[in-house]
Amino acid sequence: MQVITYLTYLFSSILFIFGIKQLSSPKTARNGNLLAALGMFLAIVITLFDKKIISYELIVIGFIIGSIAGAWMALKVPMTGMPQMVGLLNGFGGGASLLVALSEYNKILTGIEGPFNAATTTTIALSILIGAVTFTGSLIAFGKLQGLVTGKVVTYPLQHPLNALLLVTVLIGGGYLVFNPATVWIVVTITIISLVLGVLLVLPIGGADMPVAISLLNSYSGLAASMTGFVLDNNMLIIAGALVGASGIILTNIMCKAMNRSLMNVLLGGWGNAPTQAGAQTEAEHKPVKSVDAEEAAMIFDSAQTVVIVPGYGMAVAQAQHAVRDLANVLEKKGINVRFAIHPVAGRMPGHMNVLLAEAQVPYEKLYALEDINDDFPNVDVAFIVGANDVVNPAARNNPASPIYGMPILNVDYAKTVIVNKRSLNPGYAGIDNELFYGDNTLMYFGDAKEAITKLVNELKNA
Amino acid sequence: MELVDLIMLIYVFVLAMFVGFELITKVPPTLHTPLMSGSNAISGITIVGAIISAGLNDFSLSAVLGLVAIIFATINVVGGFLVTDRMLKMFKKK
Repeated sequence: MQVITYLTYLFSSILFIFGIKQLSSPKTARNGNLLAALGMFLAIVITLFDKKIISYELIVIGFIIGSIAGAWMALKVPMTGMPQMVGLLNGFGGGASLLVALSEYNKILTGIEGPFNAATTTTIALSILIGAVTFTGSLIAFGKLQGLVTGKVVTYPLQHPLNALLLVTVLIGGGYLVFNPATVWIVVTITIISLVLGVLLVLPIGGADMPVAISLLNSYSGLAASMTGFVLDNNMLIIAGALVGASGIILTNIMCKAMNRSLMNVLLGGWGNAPTQAGAQTEAEHKPVKSVDAEEAAMIFDSAQTVVIVPGYGMAVAQAQHAVRDLANVLEKKGINVRFAIHPVAGRMPGHMNVLLAEAQVPYEKLYALEDINDDFPNVDVAFIVGANDVVNPAARNNPASPIYGMPILNVDYAKTVIVNKRSLNPGYAGIDNELFYGDNTLMYFGDAKEAITKLVNELKNA
Repeated sequence: MELVDLIMLIYVFVLAMFVGFELITKVPPTLHTPLMSGSNAISGITIVGAIISAGLNDFSLSAVLGLVAIIFATINVVGGFLVTDRMLKMFKKK
């Protein structure tokens, strides 16, 4: 039986790898997700035959509660709420790892399994640490995205020394445990400290930086699963966890690059702070802005041959995705080439904007990543900015005093005409004034995105 | 588990990380959100450990911890795969 179980686990591991491989193209991605789910299903079924299982009551109860809650969340969550959802799921993954580690510890302590040895105790201690940090860290991230916890940057004196102290305490406690495994109060203490550490690590991170935090927690949830694999001596868990861990690390890296931050800077928290006063003040005196109404904007669109739409999270907040899709359709009917330029941090998590546009039935081949479209902006007749701000701010290129200096941006200011739809001249998420609004080729089209774009579409239809 | 066994597990972990890096760098930015939720569901594999813990004979502490672990992991697995499928359904060509 053991042989069949191990072979099934191997097969599941292969299915996970193929599943992720198929995620490399939108054509095969759905199938890939199904393959991974099949791998999971097989692993669960074969585990149910394990001879250590004596009673199935708790297992069935757990399955029922978990399935109902999971399915309800998955089917109810709006696409704008996807970052919160993923944040919460990360947390449950981490929490499960923590609990399994504690349960294993208790099994050895009560003589159901065992005895203790250095390798097991080390992996249990690390599993508690990573699982607990992932659990509470993700709950805080969820709270911040959902608006339950302040989205502001939280700082207090001795923040980093305190976190370092907590981490060192956990590691020392773990070390002590290796030599004195039956010390229950140490296990309880490192569990509590690790839970607190998770809160303190994510609390300082500002709302604008959540894409990085969510990616990093995603990586942690994978590492937590791997760590459980070490505790249980199970290769499948290690492989599955490592795949997720790698995925989270890569996404974290992409997000950091897109925001021009170092990972260390992210880990220490405390950015997304009110930007340096110098940057804001040099922008104090401005040229007046030029604004257009719907009719004028429609005329400019009408005479264009290529249009690039640059959506930001503001578009999703205004629920304007469908209006933007209508705009793209009406322009295409007039024979105008329409593309979408997506900055890596355009949404609240990696790839978020693509999902929001996919929901509005914008075909994915019209969406271009920053590096694929940036060189083409000088050939673009109209760049239309909807709800994006910092990611199109030329200050990132040419103002070394700006807090976002060095961040890769979409070079929309190189387009022949730039039309910016915005409610007002208020600065964006990072709190920085945007030079783009005052550019010679920029026209501001003020108004709520949904309303303004619907008006624009009607003008274009009548033109 | 002896130290030697632990090192064998570390082998598997390191090699799987390399496979992960190779696979994930090929995923286009368009699919990064589904990648995250889908891989998240995979990390719910901890459910395997939770099942064995919850299957103990009585309502011992280990079994109760296992029960809560099963609930968490099942939410992770079911919620993760379903929401990923919901998203991927929407990705269409013209």
